[in-house]
Amino acid sequence: MKGERISSLVARRAFLRKIGGAAAAAGAVAATGIPGVMRKAAAKSEPAATQESFPTPDYDWTKHRWAFGVDATKCIGCLRCVEACKRENHVPLDAHHFNTWVERYVYLEGENRARVDSQADPVNIAASGSQGEYRFANRYQDAHVEKAFFVPKLCNQCTYPPCVQVCPTGATYKGKDGVVLIDQSYCIGCRYCVHACPYGARWFNEARGVTQKCYWCYHRITKGMQPACVEVCPVGARIFGDRNDKQSPISLFIHNNRVQVLKPETGNEPNVFYVGIDKEVR
Amino acid sequence: MEPLNHFAPYTGWVYPNETVIEWTVLIVVYPYLTGLVAGAFTVSSLYQVFGFQRLKPVAHLALLTSLAVMVFVPLPLLLHLGRPERAFNALITPHLTSALSMFGFFATFYVVLLLVETWFSFRPFIVEQAQRRSGLPGMFYRVLTLGSYDLSEEALRCDREWIFWLAITGIPGAHGLHGYVGFVFGSLKAREWWSSDLMPVVFLFSAIISGVALLIVLYVVSCKLRRIRIDLACLKGLAYTVWAFIMVALILEGLEFANIVYKAREGVEVIMEYVTGPLLIPYFVLQFGIGAIVPLLLLSYMIWRGTTGKALIAGVTLSAVLVLLSVFMMRWNVVIGGQEISKTGMGLLSYQVELFGKEGLLTAALLVVAPLALLWWLTRLFPPWADKAA
Repeated sequence: MKGERISSLVARRAFLRKIGGAAAAAGAVAATGIPGVMRKAAAKSEPAATQESFPTPDYDWTKHRWAFGVDATKCIGCLRCVEACKRENHVPLDAHHFNTWVERYVYLEGENRARVDSQADPVNIAASGSQGEYRFANRYQDAHVEKAFFVPKLCNQCTYPPCVQVCPTGATYKGKDGVVLIDQSYCIGCRYCVHACPYGARWFNEARGVTQKCYWCYHRITKGMQPACVEVCPVGARIFGDRNDKQSPISLFIHNNRVQVLKPETGNEPNVFYVGIDKEVR
Repeated sequence: MEPLNHFAPYTGWVYPNETVIEWTVLIVVYPYLTGLVAGAFTVSSLYQVFGFQRLKPVAHLALLTSLAVMVFVPLPLLLHLGRPERAFNALITPHLTSALSMFGFFATFYVVLLLVETWFSFRPFIVEQAQRRSGLPGMFYRVLTLGSYDLSEEALRCDREWIFWLAITGIPGAHGLHGYVGFVFGSLKAREWWSSDLMPVVFLFSAIISGVALLIVLYVVSCKLRRIRIDLACLKGLAYTVWAFIMVALILEGLEFANIVYKAREGVEVIMEYVTGPLLIPYFVLQFGIGAIVPLLLLSYMIWRGTTGKALIAGVTLSAVLVLLSVFMMRWNVVIGGQEISKTGMGLLSYQVELFGKEGLLTAALLVVAPLALLWWLTRLFPPWADKAA
């Protein structure tokens, strides 16, 4: 079945290459005189989701092994990543559907358990005044905080994804580059995968009748770009790259740090690697 | 985008995407219906395969009940799908690692089996009607004879053989179908409330008691409507069956809960907070207390005292109704309960059931009543009563 999918991908690629060729010929005439750098910059500023060249021509998924890193010690909870993701991936602008989110763990003086919330918490939504822009309310300003930190969350693109295991149609599948994808034209909307994911990474798109989740901005990474959340992070808390490249940021991140994954007891073997999280993060 | 009115209020810490409860009351109805199918088929098999003669008055009714309910089993699933027009994708390209992908095959196989077995069981009646009636009804029965009018002793012996083997195949078929429904939940490691090796067996035994209980109610009601005497031996036979299986079901459910509490893995505090709070009435009072322990005690008392006559009928019927309630609550507590306990192990959600709408209570109620309407119609076409035809 996977073979068929790849072959249809190859066929589509060939088709796109043909139209691409015609477009490039027209483009070359128009772009005469513009320096190459500017042309490249213009292409980058175009939202990748609306680019017609997806799946990306000449992208070979056997050549990559994508992975993601989160350095929780750097995250400042500004939530730009969440906003960027919502817009880049057309995630409904409400407090109940997220490809990525940020959790805040706060240990108050004298308390043994962390108080946890995310940008979706009603108090934080009230603070931002909008379900499309997110802020963490300063709700602990009068309390004695002993320890506090933020933890960005997203799909772990597990090596053994339980969501893929339970999909009755094979609409969700694991790519050879490690990303768990969903064929939205084949998903029947049963939501079994939503339940199978122990991380709460999947959500159901009521309007389209299919399940969605983070796919590390596959439409961007296959063009050599960074996922939207990584690109907008002002502090470098999110790290992305190809593990096949030993010098990529993610390879170095995993190499230079003692990393851990979420809920390792599930046997899913996540591919988002964390640094600086605490025992209560799961 | 359609406005969402099923956001679940929560306490504690839950993942943001969990605030939409995805499996609604329709997914409660789905295992409830499959359970009734398996249970009713058990009764039919007890007579056809194991020769429980006292169940003869309900044997054919059991078969028709199983068929009538089975026809509606896929409907709650279809209504729930985001893209119901793609439902056949699961049949065309089944993803073999998914428990859900096998549903279409199991269900189709089982519906065909039920149809064939029903046809053999009612063949003498169909032939008789085909020969006696004229006009449209006559045509209907003539088509149903499939060209076979042979009612010789030899032919009937052959029919009985078919029924016997179909009933034998149907036992693993019906129970496999329902055991697999339990596996759909039990195999998910993401939820502590579902992830249990006992889940398929728990589902199976509760299925059997629900199906037998439904037959008790149907039998008593049909006798009242037809103004005939209730065969007390048959009723006692059904009551013994419920009694025996309810014992096993209760022990299994108790063991499952004990396992969660005793193992006390991560998040058990929230589970305890849940079962002693929001789940107290649906779980301990309705499912266990009123729904299982009361009928068990009532049935035990009647068996011990040798109760008979009207008191027996009233007692057994009441027990059956309570068991039907208990099994529905069990489905509810599994399906909805599992989703109300957050995967974080640090929070609880609260499912907001809607009344109207595609996945509302009204639809669910209609889905539970619809098989009964179909059954009423089927009994008109193929009277299952042992005292008259068939």
